[in-house]
Amino acid sequence: MSWLDVSITAGIWALEILAIAVPVALSVAYITYVERRVIGFMQVRKGCNRVGWAGLLQPIADGLKLFLKETIIPTTANKLLFVAAPVMALVPALVAFAVVPFGETTLFGVWETAHVMAIADLNIGVLYVMAISSLSIYGVLMAGWASNSKYTFIGAMRATCQMVSYEIAMGFAIVTVLMMSGSMNLSAIVHAQQGGFWHWYLIPLFPMFMVYFISGCAEVARTPFDLIETEELVSGYFTEYSGMWFATFSLAEYGAMILISLLTSILFLGGWYAPLPVLDFIPGTVWLLAKTSFLIFVFIWFRATFPRYRYDQMMRLGWKVFLPLTLVWLAVIGLAIYTPGISDIINFWRPGVGA
Amino acid sequence: MSLLKRAVRTWLLVELFRGLMLTGKYFFKKKITIEYPEERTPLSPRFRGLHALRRYENGEERCIACKLCEVVCPALAIIIESEERDDNTRRTTRYDIDMTKCIYCGLCQEACPVDAIVETQEFEYASETREALYYTKDMLLDMGDRYEEQIAANIAADAKYR
Repeated sequence: MSWLDVSITAGIWALEILAIAVPVALSVAYITYVERRVIGFMQVRKGCNRVGWAGLLQPIADGLKLFLKETIIPTTANKLLFVAAPVMALVPALVAFAVVPFGETTLFGVWETAHVMAIADLNIGVLYVMAISSLSIYGVLMAGWASNSKYTFIGAMRATCQMVSYEIAMGFAIVTVLMMSGSMNLSAIVHAQQGGFWHWYLIPLFPMFMVYFISGCAEVARTPFDLIETEELVSGYFTEYSGMWFATFSLAEYGAMILISLLTSILFLGGWYAPLPVLDFIPGTVWLLAKTSFLIFVFIWFRATFPRYRYDQMMRLGWKVFLPLTLVWLAVIGLAIYTPGISDIINFWRPGVGA
Repeated sequence: MSLLKRAVRTWLLVELFRGLMLTGKYFFKKKITIEYPEERTPLSPRFRGLHALRRYENGEERCIACKLCEVVCPALAIIIESEERDDNTRRTTRYDIDMTKCIYCGLCQEACPVDAIVETQEFEYASETREALYYTKDMLLDMGDRYEEQIAANIAADAKYR
């Protein structure tokens, strides 16, 4: 391979990364806007509608404000870790998008076969996402520790506990999906759900869908599980952060929220397939983004509805409810697959694996 | 039986969905926001805003410098100095209200025997300096001249309750 080939490949990669990272950053900005509007509407208010038409320039104004603000580093903080922590939180949140398949395309007929629209169509995509997304907790932990303040410290401790607890339930929920699909490749998981909403894993794995989504809520620390950044802790692990570093944390948090919504759509809601085969003329990416947007709306809906969990209640839910529930369902699915008679029913959702 | 019922309700997340439905319903309700500079709420005739000194119809100022308002003011925001005028009536030479001290209790207008000092419905007089909130006699008389119609109407509207 000559240097020309190498640089062309690198250039294409850079374009692919930009094509995902820039829309993610933009949608994070506009999710904050949507969040304020939706919560406002649910509280019978109008929400922000001043900056630009219907307030659409509000996130840009907010970003500009945060960008121009002074970055304060506490004198007692560990400066290196303090500065590195937001980056440590943001990078995994963005890197995890690398394996997410956004749809299939033949590039308007240029290619003979349909290609999956992902930066890397990895065979162990699910494992990769789980591994990378749990790395972001290091950023939170570093931030809490480096700030050298008791509030940030308690926030970071809570965040770590929460992540560890809910990662397990989430992992088992994913395992049931893997048992159905027989593959860890995210695009293969979507392919297995082809042909109408009755083929989606949502139906045989409905309890796991609920567990996955609620655990995802806890993973990204959204209400009712946002007790790592409560008022009682003076906003938890990023108490000491201001300006752009603070914005970086929000970027990571909302990026993780988008990721969880995307993954829920891919694992349980049929990814880029239309709910009815009649609707296939609408491009798959549109369907995937529509499902994701709806799940993000549900996240915001949760925030407008539910009060926050107490710490011990959250731990109880994770360990005493979700973990046994996922284990039981794991056994149920496993037995169903290997019991003659019942396996015919469950194999309806396992094309190519069961037969 | 009730235990079974409770278990079903817990595991089907009945109450959570009920809560979601409630907020979902409010999502489509008519919004009650009033977009302030363009839209305003109605003000009571008793609204206690910026002060004004009134005049009689012949242009004579009402205030007789009895200083009841100065005495009754709980925040000590009013300062009055007075002297005898050429026509042997007592008039103020100085009537200052410090709006940074004033608590807008309305005791001054209640105490006034001649309805000279009143509080108007004007509330948009925020300023960037404290000096601009120190209202002198001229400024208060000017307020009275500008808002006389409104003040008279409000006093008339409230008269039967006084």
